[in-house]
Amino acid sequence: MGNLKTILTFALVVLLPLVIITIALREDKTENRVLLNLQKEYPVHHQSGTDHAAMEILQQDFDNPHEITAACLSCHTERGKEVMQSAHWNWEREAYIPGRGVTYLGKKNLINNFCTGIFSNEASCNRCHIGYGWKDKTFDFANQFNIDCLVCHDNSGTYEKARGQAGYPVMGEDGPDFKPILASVGRPKRENCGSCHFHGGGGNNVKHGDLEMALLTAGRDVDVHMGVDGMNMACVDCHSATNHKMKGRYYGTSSENTQRAECTDCHTAMPHTNNKLNEHTIKVACQTCHIPVYAKVNSTKMSWDWSTATRLRDGKPYVDLDSLGNELYTSIKGSFGWHRMVTPEYTWFNGTADHHLLTDKVDESNLPLKINTLNGSYSDPDSKIHPMKVHRGRQPYDTELHNLIQAKLWDREANMGALWLDLNWERALEEGMEYAGLPYSGNYDFIQTEMLLPVNHMVSPANEALSCADCHTREGGRLQHLNDFYMPGRDYNATLDTLGKYLIILSIIGVLVHGAVRFVAARRNA
Amino acid sequence: MKETRTIKAYVYKGFERFWHWMQSFLILFLALTGFEIHGSYGLMGFESAVDLHNKAAWAFLVLIVFAIFWHLTTGEWKQYLPTTQNLRAQAEFYIFGIFRNAPHPTKKTLISKLNPLQRLVYLGLKILVIPVMVISGFFYMFYRYPQASTIRSANIQNLETIALLHTLGAFLLIAFVIVHLYLITTGHTITSNLKAMITGWEELEVDADAENQKSQKHEEVKDEIK
Repeated sequence: MGNLKTILTFALVVLLPLVIITIALREDKTENRVLLNLQKEYPVHHQSGTDHAAMEILQQDFDNPHEITAACLSCHTERGKEVMQSAHWNWEREAYIPGRGVTYLGKKNLINNFCTGIFSNEASCNRCHIGYGWKDKTFDFANQFNIDCLVCHDNSGTYEKARGQAGYPVMGEDGPDFKPILASVGRPKRENCGSCHFHGGGGNNVKHGDLEMALLTAGRDVDVHMGVDGMNMACVDCHSATNHKMKGRYYGTSSENTQRAECTDCHTAMPHTNNKLNEHTIKVACQTCHIPVYAKVNSTKMSWDWSTATRLRDGKPYVDLDSLGNELYTSIKGSFGWHRMVTPEYTWFNGTADHHLLTDKVDESNLPLKINTLNGSYSDPDSKIHPMKVHRGRQPYDTELHNLIQAKLWDREANMGALWLDLNWERALEEGMEYAGLPYSGNYDFIQTEMLLPVNHMVSPANEALSCADCHTREGGRLQHLNDFYMPGRDYNATLDTLGKYLIILSIIGVLVHGAVRFVAARRNA
Repeated sequence: MKETRTIKAYVYKGFERFWHWMQSFLILFLALTGFEIHGSYGLMGFESAVDLHNKAAWAFLVLIVFAIFWHLTTGEWKQYLPTTQNLRAQAEFYIFGIFRNAPHPTKKTLISKLNPLQRLVYLGLKILVIPVMVISGFFYMFYRYPQASTIRSANIQNLETIALLHTLGAFLLIAFVIVHLYLITTGHTITSNLKAMITGWEELEVDADAENQKSQKHEEVKDEIK
């Protein structure tokens, strides 16, 4: 009887742990309902409710694009006013920034560390404005007939704004054939948004790193949402608009935590079947794990050194390319660093930002100068860890007045002071600052700057998301530089660990010595 | 020296042994997975380690609940009441007497299975180390970051204090296990303690004086088992 009990007990002791281990190792295969529903909802693509090819007013032979806008607005009577309220039109937003008060900042007046800014360069830069004719300060923002409806709503893929024409298409006989364009108009496609947003900074993928031409044709491996072999989603599926006010922000120019396009808009705040992962969403942005690399197809510009510009080879400006065709040096712009398959850097971010204005003082003792400051920290309940592209620059600043300088880069013709034509820094800086209406001492040097661009696109398929050990590891984890909090697997208290180790070692030595003495003593006693 | 006699007694009941071995398995398993989470080594990967550690923690918790119930209902909790009687003698035995083949200063009996040192150490485990591990473990599990907007189980500013307490407890438990494993060889014979914890039966020395009274009780117990 006692024997049977012993056997039973021992079987329990041996078997129960095995049963527990088996239960523990069994994977929970819960289906992700949220995801399944989204996958049903989003392949249904928008169909226009109107055949614009049948519209009488669009049958004219247009040669002036303003008249096209007038034709659009004759039916869509209120849309002009809406568009004129938008950041796409104004290139500035009203925003409250602590320490500054209410500000009106945007591409209109901010400086960056790519092409630096639009002042005195409008006719070139503002090719990407959704209007016609913003070539200088005289542009009329109150005239709705200056709106370019087509750049966003052409679905024929043939409409294009011309270089250096302040937002106009090629005019005259070489201009676009408007008939098929007008017949096609509809909801913006990836091509429409991409015509500007893929080319920020002066070329494909230069600025963002996660927005580029490849997204027109790439598969799910590059972008799980836009992949043509998958959901094949359009930009506006996420960046939806109410009255032409788009959801989504770019923090090179934005400052407030409103009107953002969030993953959670569709995926909810509890998108995983695993609760440990859901808990992470409180402090970790979706993008952090789900965009392990960006610039997956073409390279993106990671650094821009303006100080080397204006060099000549054999008396002429020149261009050096790398093996992929990226410009490593151009006399008009300086030296560049390019990278593909870039691992993001990480920072706390709560959705609010500040910007270094042309009128702000440069602190030479605190470099690199932050072109934009993304606010956030571990202790801030609104902050999450976000992946960043960090663009590092060297750009001109006034060594006497201690502010950044906006150079005049572009003009239609030479000898007007444009750097890209005359290769003369002194003149370009003077002209640029004069246009901006700001003082310039005439003394300049180049200063290191840094710009943070949150990475939001090129979301990878779930099986390529980061895994625990990418961050929860002692050395070399993704978050190794984010040290304002304790993270299991990475952090420890060196003193405690040393004491603990000694405690274990001493215990082992203690029992060994005690045992050895006992052994010897026992033999002697015997 | 008093005259003594050895008798065979059923010292550790079925549940007691089950609890003991389950607990030892869980503590070792929690240590194995726990120090992987701590970053001390890479064995099964961080994710599996966390998953298994959490599941083992729940199993341990269930075991603790049953153990507390058993201790309270059987009165066995009294085994851990600390005493200073023989404390010094017991310490001296481990430091000197044991090498001279001196007799154990504390006689194991059914109502007092533990020597004064064991009483102190086990009580320390029960009211200090294990509770600290359970409580810090719970905070670790249910910690939801500072002032999380929707889930507010515990608004703790930082995991550090919790994590360090949990680590400290782990080191103490490992040290305990090492010493404990060694000390079980210091029984009547090298394996008598181990055998007792496996079978429940152990040979106890009893004073001849008290024999009549005690053996009677042992016989009762034996009868009960039968």
